[in-house]
Amino acid sequence: MSGTQEIVLVRWGEIFLKGQNRSWFERQLVDNARRAVAGIAGARIERTHGRLIAWPGEGGARRLARALERVFGISSVSPALVVPRELDAITQAALERARMEIGTRQPTFKVETRRADKRWQPASPEVSRLVGGAVHEQLGLPVDVHEPELTIGIEIGLENAFIYAGATPGPGGLPVGVSGRVELMLSGGIDSPVAGWLMMKRGCQLGATYFHSFPYTGEKTQDKVQRLAQLLAAWQLGDVRLAVVPFTDAQKKLRDADADGRLAVVLYRRMMVRVAERIARAAGAKALATGEALAQVASQTLENMAVIDAAATAMPILRPCLAHDKQETVAIARRIGTYETSIEPYDDCCSLFTPEHPETRARLGDVAAIEARLDVAALADDCVARVSTVICRP
Amino acid sequence: MTIVYLDNGATTKVDPRVAEAALHAMVSAYGNPSSAHKLGAEAARLVERARQQVAQAIGALPAEIVFTSGGTEANALALHGATTRLKHVVTTAFEHPSVADTLKAMAQAPIEVAKVTPSPAGLIAPEAFARAVTPDTSLATILWVQNEIGAVQPVDAIARAIKDKAPRCHVHVDGVQAVGKIAVDVSDAPFDSLSLSAHKIHGPKGVGALWLKKTAKLRPMVHGGGQERGLRPGTEGVPGIVALGLAVELAVAALPEAGPRMTAQRDRLWERIRELVPRAVRHGEPQTTAPHILSVGFAGVPAEPLLHALEAEEVLVSAGSACHAKDKKPSATLRAIGVPDDRGTIRLSLSRFTGDDEIERAAVAVAKCVEQLA
Repeated sequence: MSGTQEIVLVRWGEIFLKGQNRSWFERQLVDNARRAVAGIAGARIERTHGRLIAWPGEGGARRLARALERVFGISSVSPALVVPRELDAITQAALERARMEIGTRQPTFKVETRRADKRWQPASPEVSRLVGGAVHEQLGLPVDVHEPELTIGIEIGLENAFIYAGATPGPGGLPVGVSGRVELMLSGGIDSPVAGWLMMKRGCQLGATYFHSFPYTGEKTQDKVQRLAQLLAAWQLGDVRLAVVPFTDAQKKLRDADADGRLAVVLYRRMMVRVAERIARAAGAKALATGEALAQVASQTLENMAVIDAAATAMPILRPCLAHDKQETVAIARRIGTYETSIEPYDDCCSLFTPEHPETRARLGDVAAIEARLDVAALADDCVARVSTVICRP
Repeated sequence: MTIVYLDNGATTKVDPRVAEAALHAMVSAYGNPSSAHKLGAEAARLVERARQQVAQAIGALPAEIVFTSGGTEANALALHGATTRLKHVVTTAFEHPSVADTLKAMAQAPIEVAKVTPSPAGLIAPEAFARAVTPDTSLATILWVQNEIGAVQPVDAIARAIKDKAPRCHVHVDGVQAVGKIAVDVSDAPFDSLSLSAHKIHGPKGVGALWLKKTAKLRPMVHGGGQERGLRPGTEGVPGIVALGLAVELAVAALPEAGPRMTAQRDRLWERIRELVPRAVRHGEPQTTAPHILSVGFAGVPAEPLLHALEAEEVLVSAGSACHAKDKKPSATLRAIGVPDDRGTIRLSLSRFTGDDEIERAAVAVAKCVEQLA
């Protein structure tokens, strides 16, 4: 490569639709993008003509692009060459970019131009035509304006011009922080980290609660959950507070109160909701989130969910994986990097004390009758009082 | 409260003398044994000294010792490298995964693997093994001390029975749980190779050795600069090798005194557990079990929660076998000797540094935790 500087051009999508919130959302996006590149010495984010420009420090543009691909709200990123707004320089940069892309191939191509500054001349189609002509002539590439194998992009900014080839998609969604706090009920499984990621994608800030059933689960299960929380923190671009709830005593009391054991799963989950809601309220969260999917296991029925929801007093329970097939959740888990950790074989507390044939149509009356034998509020308070907190850093 | 460590079958604490020897090899005698200068000569001398220590401890010749990255690699080297034109292999139904899974990977046509089932006491009868051997059998492999239940296999008798039927068969013995725990002397052994590992005998992890009888042939698995007579090339892991040499020497030297002591402690531990928990079942016969291993089952008690409950009492043990405790499947070994799946089993494994107080504390903790979980 010649001495032409390479930066990363960052685009965002949905934020534009949000009317009056737009500038606030954009500020959050810029903050988050800055956090994402904070570890790269010398990297700098600049806001310009409806784009972010990321100036690489020591890591180079590719590394910077990879970091920005993890920022919610970003729709795509393109490493781009920066040149003065002069047709000659633009043409040379387009040739350079095309050469880097094609190697020994001869793909069909087109040039696309976008001007943020409409006063700059010539007009966009004319720029595309002139630059495209030069590429065609000098590199011998065939033009195809409908389905090109290579698209060379030109953006005329307010001070510079940017030349790139293609774009890598970002995660989309909304910048973390614009939608308020959610408390995720996190286990060591595949689904709950994905549920947390999906809520972050809609702009939520996460805290996480994990129910630990020592001696039925060991230290390694908690370590695994902490590593999952760390992986989520990397997407959140900030610490995830993990509340570890010692849950065995409550589970045993509920088991003993439920003579035939068929309602055990519903009873445990209602207790988890009570505990998580208390933790959420103290953290200023507005909702709970879980990884439950409809009918994925026998106990995940609409009837049971209704009974579980009734345990929350003033908070919705969000289930972003509800309508997923297992493979869809697995595909997301693989993409976001939690899958390999989730499949490490350590039990979580859900697989304990669970009957072989759990109730699939729990009725609130039956459940309430069992709970009436206990002081469930005091049990939940006791769990909260014994919580230990772990800060999980990205 | 100090930890009661009864998981010495999984790994052991490094003897400080061994750690010191390794440290010396790292920070002082740091030369490459292949270098021509004096630092290289010093490192090469350390490696050869370790080779002598290992050889002497097990009755071998120094030239018969090949250093490896551990027991798993020593087993793999013997299984992959000792024979050509392999057709028929005989082994047991309760080998360590480093052998069982290696053979599983090798068992593709035309290679056939036969598995001999142990008795309920955990023993392989030489006649039963010999029955599985055919004139085509060119490889047989058997573990000397079964890692989960401690049963000591009659490897000499088995090897002789094999050789009677297939004189050219390579007989490999997995000695990882045997060396330093029971008497091991290969000077007149009827088998052809033996694996051993440092970290089971108060040495560091990541180093082991293969004893290969002088007359046996071996093909290397990796190729390179000719170290270890070309059988296991790569710059020697001098600190680990030095540590292995000393660890084997110390373990074997201590055995006449430590062996009977561990046996007595093991039997005392069992007596106390049986007194306190009548439902306890011991796996294997005391006379044919290695001094350092006690396998005990409790009907209706889940093994892993029992392990964690003991952990809360500062007593550390394994459920089944720690090398693959992550698998939720019942142990193949316990199944092979007829242990029912719902009998939660823990392995309490001792070392020559285990104290009598640890035995008593462990027995009391087991009783308390079984009570909690039953």
